[in-house]
Amino acid sequence: MPTQVLMPALSPTMEKGNLSKWIKQEGDKVKAGDVIAEIETDKATMEVEAVDEGTLGKILVPAGTADVAVNTPIAVIVADGEDANAAASPAQPSKAAQSALPAAVATPPVPAKPSVPEFADEDEHADVEHVTMTVREALRDAMAEEMRRDPDIFVMGEEVAEYQGAYKVTQGLLQEFGAARVVDTPITEHGFAGLGVGAALAGLKPIVEFMTFNFAMQAIDHIINSAAKTLYMSGGQMGCPIVFRGPNGPAARVGAQHSQDYSAWYSHVPGLTVVAPYTAADAKGLLKSAIRNPNPVIFLENEILYGQSFPVPKVDDYLVPIGKARIARQGADVTLVAWSMGMSYALKAAEALAGQGIEAEVIDLRTLRPMDTETVVASVKKTGRCVVVEESWPQSGVGAEIAARIMENAFDWLDAPVARVSGKDVPMPYAANLEKLALPTVDEVVEAARAVAYR
Amino acid sequence: MASQKKVAETPAPAAVRPSILPIDAGPVQELGREVDLKAFRDMLLIRRFEEKAGQLYGMGLIGGFCHLYIGQEAVVVGMQLASKEGDQVVTGYRDHGHMLACGMDPRGVMAELTGRRGGYSKGKGGSMHMFSREKNFFGGHGIVGAQVSLGTGFAFANRYRKTDNVCLTYFGDGAANQGQVYESFNMASLWKLPVIYIIENNRYAMGTSVARATAQPDLSKRGASFNIPGELVDGMDVRAVKAAGDRVLSYCRSGEGPYILEMKTYRYRGHSMSDPAKYRTREEVEKVRIESDPIEQSRARILANGWVDEDALKKMDADVRKIVNEAAEFATYDPEPDASELYTDILR
Ligand SMILES: Cc1ncc(C[n+]2csc(CCOP(=O)(O)OP(=O)(O)O)c2C)c(N)n1
Ligand SMILES: [Mg+2]
Repeated sequence: MPTQVLMPALSPTMEKGNLSKWIKQEGDKVKAGDVIAEIETDKATMEVEAVDEGTLGKILVPAGTADVAVNTPIAVIVADGEDANAAASPAQPSKAAQSALPAAVATPPVPAKPSVPEFADEDEHADVEHVTMTVREALRDAMAEEMRRDPDIFVMGEEVAEYQGAYKVTQGLLQEFGAARVVDTPITEHGFAGLGVGAALAGLKPIVEFMTFNFAMQAIDHIINSAAKTLYMSGGQMGCPIVFRGPNGPAARVGAQHSQDYSAWYSHVPGLTVVAPYTAADAKGLLKSAIRNPNPVIFLENEILYGQSFPVPKVDDYLVPIGKARIARQGADVTLVAWSMGMSYALKAAEALAGQGIEAEVIDLRTLRPMDTETVVASVKKTGRCVVVEESWPQSGVGAEIAARIMENAFDWLDAPVARVSGKDVPMPYAANLEKLALPTVDEVVEAARAVAYR
Repeated sequence: MASQKKVAETPAPAAVRPSILPIDAGPVQELGREVDLKAFRDMLLIRRFEEKAGQLYGMGLIGGFCHLYIGQEAVVVGMQLASKEGDQVVTGYRDHGHMLACGMDPRGVMAELTGRRGGYSKGKGGSMHMFSREKNFFGGHGIVGAQVSLGTGFAFANRYRKTDNVCLTYFGDGAANQGQVYESFNMASLWKLPVIYIIENNRYAMGTSVARATAQPDLSKRGASFNIPGELVDGMDVRAVKAAGDRVLSYCRSGEGPYILEMKTYRYRGHSMSDPAKYRTREEVEKVRIESDPIEQSRARILANGWVDEDALKKMDADVRKIVNEAAEFATYDPEPDASELYTDILR
């Protein structure tokens, strides 16, 4: 029976890809393991291998086609003497392919690309030209620009150089800055975090990439005991200008050990500065500020956001101040506070609430420590109600901290208790349906906002 | 040298063979008909299972990370042939082969990969986090190097309970650079714990070759400063693995302490499904496949020895494919876990 070759999913976050090239042509013999085509995913160029033996009977999707959805038939492999057209179209996928996707798998477990948010606050760059770029590109540009300015800055981590970054954030840096400044390490997080801190104490300015923050748990002793506390313990002599950065928070379908939000962990620690941007502009401007900051900065990125695009002001040296929240949307009825990925739930919820006649003010915290309590409190004094949105666990979370600060600073203005929408109080499950249930949802945010607004 | 203690020599017939080793490891002990055939079948099951898992990943049925064991089958199969009931196995995230070799049900493993209720962790663990207390398989760990300390702990429990079981602790060449490995080595040697550290040196940790990450690339010597003996093994030849396993298991069982086996092996596929694998050439992969494939070596030997004929091997392949297809079928149609499972198994 002729078998269809389907557009494969080659990364955890891939939903579609570009078919860049056919390596085998119609009529070519193929055996299992042969590379038949090249596709571009959201991260890289990948090869498609044949899994069956036969002849490439028909190419269904020509080279150069962009945005081919995962599971689309792209070619037909026939055994000797078979007719390719029999299996070509209309699609007659193999039984397994038909049954492949239960509804829960078909929809991504996280909100898809958000609409580009309006900058509602006074943006001094509102008038300048903006370019659209992904968060991934913005981070890379921030590092490259700072490295051009200051030869003391170097990048270190697993796969940051030759591999171009496990998530391609350091793409091109090795080529521009060379191996002395873009350093591949062995898999030794505790060791290279400590080495980085030592280099920083010696006056260099390391950017230490953790492949993900899950692996920074191997190194958290150095981050807290060596980086955060040394200035204090040395009576102000030993500054530690270092940035620890990498993807944080739930990723897609990677299970409990690779899917966790560390916002609260680092935000707990005096001596650390903790930044967690949502937009590409903030990613760029805040990372540049973090690199120039004379203290240890924890820079929490998000894998799901890496591929999302936002407008970024086209100015020579775009800096965003650390410690200042951004009002992403104005409203008078309820305040939604979020950061990083939480913003995408908050903005969607605000959109939905507007349809129900509730105007939400959305605050993107951007920095978790020092926290911009002033902006949050000013908003709550206006709206009288607040919902915090976070992907991490509820107990002792950043949401709990925000609730406490509002209680301390705006108690008399509150018309309802502060509500928290968070990830569920469980390790992240792998199964698609459970993973969805474990994460916060836009509906939960809408419900919470209506509850505090008594509507 | 004290650190390179020799264990009992094994008599073996001289035979010239292709080897992945940089040194001549000498003759290797033959397995005999029955064991040869079992080894072949066990390796084939892993190979076909992994090929199927790769397909299901491509179809979106398996999500997240999925690390295939294709190319490395002889390592775990050879060691399991040497081990006995009650010996524990613990490894990292490249774990499907270990589970099958431990006798876990392919259906339950595949259903875990697709996140279904019939999976070994009820769908809650996924590819990297799977366990079977019944089969003494203790994971399935996603954090590189973590299993090394855990495996040392299983060995501690064996000594504590005065059993003669050994913990087979598998980790990669990349994991061999984690600090906790050396903390574990020190304790294991100090307390003479029955643990074999099996380093599966497949030459790469993601995109980083051993040479680029490791100051002493002879990983079998990594125990030297802890007085842990070590040796290099041709991890593509299931006979060599089993022979080393036999010797070293009896060494550990007799209370001599830990041992390191560095298995020279190779993974044919990318690190995970999303690895563009630009750090090595296709020719390099092809060369290993042609010269040292563990299953092809085994097949050729079986035919040369006349254990069975070509048709019987074809039949065996068909049987294995059937098992794998049934596992895939089960893993495709088995329902997802009940929503109530979200809050179970957090405490007990
Ligand atoms: C502590 C930690 N750091 C980084 C990672 C990401 N990571 C997963 S596998 C891997 C490479 C490991 O290579 P190796 O130990 O050689 O095993 P192999 O994959 O070759 O089997 C890396 C860096 C991780 N899972 N855990
Ligand atoms: Mg390796």
